[in-house]
Amino acid sequence: MKRGFLESTFVGFARVVTRAMISEETARRRGLLQALDPRVRVVGLFSLVLAVTLSRKISVVVALLTVAVAIAILSRVSLFVLVKRVWLVVLGFTAVIAVPAIFVTPGDPVATFGFLTITEQGLRTAAMLILRVETAVTFTTLLILCTPWTHVLKALRAFRLPKEAIAMLAMTHRYVFLLVETASQMLESRRSRTVGILKPAAQRRMAARTAGVLLSKSIELSNEVYLAMQSRGFRGDIQILSDFRLDAWDYLGLTAFLLAGGLAVWMGR
Amino acid sequence: MHIPDGYLSPSTCAVLYAAAATGWYSALKRLKRMLLTRVVPLISVFAAFSFVVMMFNLPLPGGTTGHALGVTIATIVLGPSGGILAISIALVIQALFFGDGGISTLGANCFNMAIIGSLVAYGSYRMIAAGSSITSRRRVVSAAIAGYLAVNAAALVAAIEFGIQPMLFHDARGTPLYAPYPLSIAIPAMMIGHLTFAGLAEAVITAGVVAYLQAADPALLLSTSGLAGGESLTLRPASGSLRRLWIAVAALMLLTPLGILAAGTAWGEWSPSQLAKTGVVKVQVSKSANHPSPAAVPAGLQKLATLWTAPFPAYAPSFVRSRAFGYLLSAMFAVGFLLAASLFLHRFLPRRGRTEYSG
Repeated sequence: MKRGFLESTFVGFARVVTRAMISEETARRRGLLQALDPRVRVVGLFSLVLAVTLSRKISVVVALLTVAVAIAILSRVSLFVLVKRVWLVVLGFTAVIAVPAIFVTPGDPVATFGFLTITEQGLRTAAMLILRVETAVTFTTLLILCTPWTHVLKALRAFRLPKEAIAMLAMTHRYVFLLVETASQMLESRRSRTVGILKPAAQRRMAARTAGVLLSKSIELSNEVYLAMQSRGFRGDIQILSDFRLDAWDYLGLTAFLLAGGLAVWMGR
Repeated sequence: MHIPDGYLSPSTCAVLYAAAATGWYSALKRLKRMLLTRVVPLISVFAAFSFVVMMFNLPLPGGTTGHALGVTIATIVLGPSGGILAISIALVIQALFFGDGGISTLGANCFNMAIIGSLVAYGSYRMIAAGSSITSRRRVVSAAIAGYLAVNAAALVAAIEFGIQPMLFHDARGTPLYAPYPLSIAIPAMMIGHLTFAGLAEAVITAGVVAYLQAADPALLLSTSGLAGGESLTLRPASGSLRRLWIAVAALMLLTPLGILAAGTAWGEWSPSQLAKTGVVKVQVSKSANHPSPAAVPAGLQKLATLWTAPFPAYAPSFVRSRAFGYLLSAMFAVGFLLAASLFLHRFLPRRGRTEYSG
């Protein structure tokens, strides 16, 4: 049955909360990535993502995907979660984009079906695109699954981002869940008062009104947060505690990440 | 429209990160002139609001559904600088916490959706709603058109980014290394979905929220209305921060001659005269995996070559001897044309405080 605005938006909200819970649970496990300093995780996995995008050979991208799976297993990340959340989803939307390229890319013909001609260049570009996206998204998901958001934020300080930007990212993350909860309650209360099926125009009005009320509530919330910050003596000077320390294992991990990335870039030229 | 990793080449990503960083820097600089203690929670909560609105699955006319971007309503309430930061933060959280959109392409996504989206939304909203009262119906229509244009402008820029990939990044045998489609396919493929569903979703949600705010909380619409008394949240363009943008534009213009440092001719972009030259044929043969070039220039190519002549053929006017100078002149012409167009549009924007708040 086709879902209306209320039901499909609820599904979206539920997905956000579920993903956050899975991440929290995976980040607590004792595994390879979890044992490393968050800065090493961020720098290391970002460098592997960069290596994936820089590599020009399919074999090197496949090797990097194997490395990603090995890191996932050693970090006790459920392969079922990876298959469901990354590989199938990415395959779904990238294949739709990549498959026509098999036929429309000019090059050496491999096979002909009526007016459609498969070219070698088309096959290679489609395979490259799908593998590249799968591998890069796997590395990003490993970072997300194995690192609590607060640690990601602290690690981002290593990139010399302005303190204001870090503070806003931290606060936004906190209020995303509060506003998801608020919006869910508003929609739940509307659903409990709805009988029958709403027409699309009525659903659009409901969506716009919900968004409008949520906006007003957000502005009020920001005023309250501002006053709370004032009451605690906030004067615009943002302090971020950075109590991470690199030990020998972290240096070893960082070296391994950078070596793997560098080797992939060199071999994939 | 969230571009994942792998669709754009690292050099494209680097350029777009630089462009996005210029926008972020400029926006943060303008916001810092306001009370920082007030700005941090306001932008944060608004980014969270935009994140939630992006999850609304709107039923659209015709029986389909679509997701809004939320950039237009953020820009109308906070102004362009606030809109740029709030949407960028929402996009960063989507990428780094939920894995929607890539890390290498984060700059591109922020440039397309947050920066281009906010600027187009702001310009079109101000221009169409110029002089109307806060509660007028024209503001609702302006908000809808601004939303539609903002999303489509962002999609068009993304499509151009996709479309230039096969032209610039391919291996020796012509296999595209990143997004595989040329501009002639990427632009229509991208725009069909956005001209119909995504643009409409943004138009519906923006118009609906503006209509709601007109009735419930009109003060929130004041800041970008151009009406007197709306300066509280407005982030006025200041020549100091704009100067940095001009410096960046000038730097990019000066770097354009670097394009001629690339060896040889772009694969598949030969003119009939180049095709006839033996030296070029050798390069082509090596680039085309030893497939020999035709002995003579194909008749069809010869015929079509004269059909259209660009104003600046091969980016170098015929009267210019130096190619580097020709590149620079072409870039200056293009930037000059865009500046003239924006000044022309600016001429029709209302001056602050010319009309009184009557809502």
